[in-house]
Amino acid sequence: MSARMLPPEHDPITPATPVAVTIIVDGTPVSGVAGQSVAGVLLAAGRLAWRTTAAGRRPRGVFCGIGVCFDCLVTVNGVRDVRACQRTAHDGDAVGFQDEELPEIGA
Amino acid sequence: MHSDAIVIGAGAVGAACARALAGAGLTVTVLDAAGAAAGTSGQGEGNLLVSDKLPGPELSLAQHSLTLWDGLQAELDAELPAALPPVEYERKGGLVVATTEAGAQPLLDFAAQQRAAGIDARAVGIAAALELEPDVNPAITAAVHYPEDAQVQPVIATEALLASARARGARVVLGARVTGALRAASDHAGRTGRLTGVRTTRGDFSADNVIVAAGPWSGDVAAALGASLPVRPRRGVVLVTTRMPHRIFHKVYDADYVGAVESDAAALQTSSVIESTAGGTVLVGSSRQQRGFDAALDLAAVREIAAKATRVFPFLAEAAVMRVYGGFRPFMPDHLPVIGPDACITGLWHATGHEGAGIGLALGTAELLRDLITGATPVLDPVPFSPSRATLEAAA
Repeated sequence: MSARMLPPEHDPITPATPVAVTIIVDGTPVSGVAGQSVAGVLLAAGRLAWRTTAAGRRPRGVFCGIGVCFDCLVTVNGVRDVRACQRTAHDGDAVGFQDEELPEIGA
Repeated sequence: MHSDAIVIGAGAVGAACARALAGAGLTVTVLDAAGAAAGTSGQGEGNLLVSDKLPGPELSLAQHSLTLWDGLQAELDAELPAALPPVEYERKGGLVVATTEAGAQPLLDFAAQQRAAGIDARAVGIAAALELEPDVNPAITAAVHYPEDAQVQPVIATEALLASARARGARVVLGARVTGALRAASDHAGRTGRLTGVRTTRGDFSADNVIVAAGPWSGDVAAALGASLPVRPRRGVVLVTTRMPHRIFHKVYDADYVGAVESDAAALQTSSVIESTAGGTVLVGSSRQQRGFDAALDLAAVREIAAKATRVFPFLAEAAVMRVYGGFRPFMPDHLPVIGPDACITGLWHATGHEGAGIGLALGTAELLRDLITGATPVLDPVPFSPSRATLEAAA
């Protein structure tokens, strides 16, 4: 996964003519290419982080990019805990962020 | 270099023993085949429980250990640099619930026995249980609140105990696996000479006292030193969910957990132990299974743990499991740790066999062992924990 959009004519895989998909990110349409993951669309649109850590409120987005680290979680069409790097983007998908208040155990 | 004492094992129990012995003025060397908290101590939940124990010597050791844990952070703060993180000790409290009609009365009877032994075990009604845990299944049939149940972050706690031992002069040698014994010559009657040290993959180490605190590997270490100790590994697995808003406030157990702790069965057993972490994940345990040191992922155990957890917290059916981890607990055939001198070999001591309770029992174990080695009068009666006890001879 690349953090920028690669022009199809520069792609050594020589893909077929790209088909656009549009997902709705926090209410705003964001366009990508059919076959991209939700994380791929977000990264290509210039977004590197979409949640924060519990303790230090540090920014997090894609870390491993292969479904292991669970750093890139988003909601898709109302379902939480979806790994953005593993979910293929489909036209009209409503992607939201789940950066809710986390526990203060012992408080 | 010669030491007064060698501690084999840099887990919570070994680290606590090293710290206690160094505190009594002994020169101490800690040896570990891998690293600090690399075994059982880093593969559990850091539970310090009284709720799962019947009145008896183990409960007395747990109660005494808890009072020591209460004071530990202040002691560490005085000894160690401020940069070290706190051990995250917290008396969070436990809530044990019965999920079947048949399970209700045994849970309440169990709590009554514990109250007689001085445990704060409060039988609460269903409505009160729902106030403590609003998302618990309202179909539960009984509930007991244990305000004394506590937790620590076991890896930080182990590292902090080791750092404290070092500050008191102890030496820590990691990556040194014990391969054999150093022995004094046999006496005229042909009796084996006392233990004078250990051979390891990183050379020989001599000492007046050698303490085996190697958790589930203690049986192998004891065998390498010519002793027999019936410690066996028992596998336990824990599920970790993704982070979520805080909906679980205590350690919450299904009452059948106590039965699994006390059981001898080798086959897979599971019972619910559920709690939130500071990071927002939920830890869902637990399983017990004797399968040697086989660490392969057991999907049957994962399925059963997940299914049972939804019986206690129905909302967990929607939760995503992010990871599964497991570890080996040092199982004893009579469910008591061994703390004291070896039955046969002079100079050899044991501090092991705590099953899933070693973090909680570590501080009391260390104090008891220190008093036995230095000849001080122990606070607790050491006889029930003796490696020479009859219930172990029968199992050997």
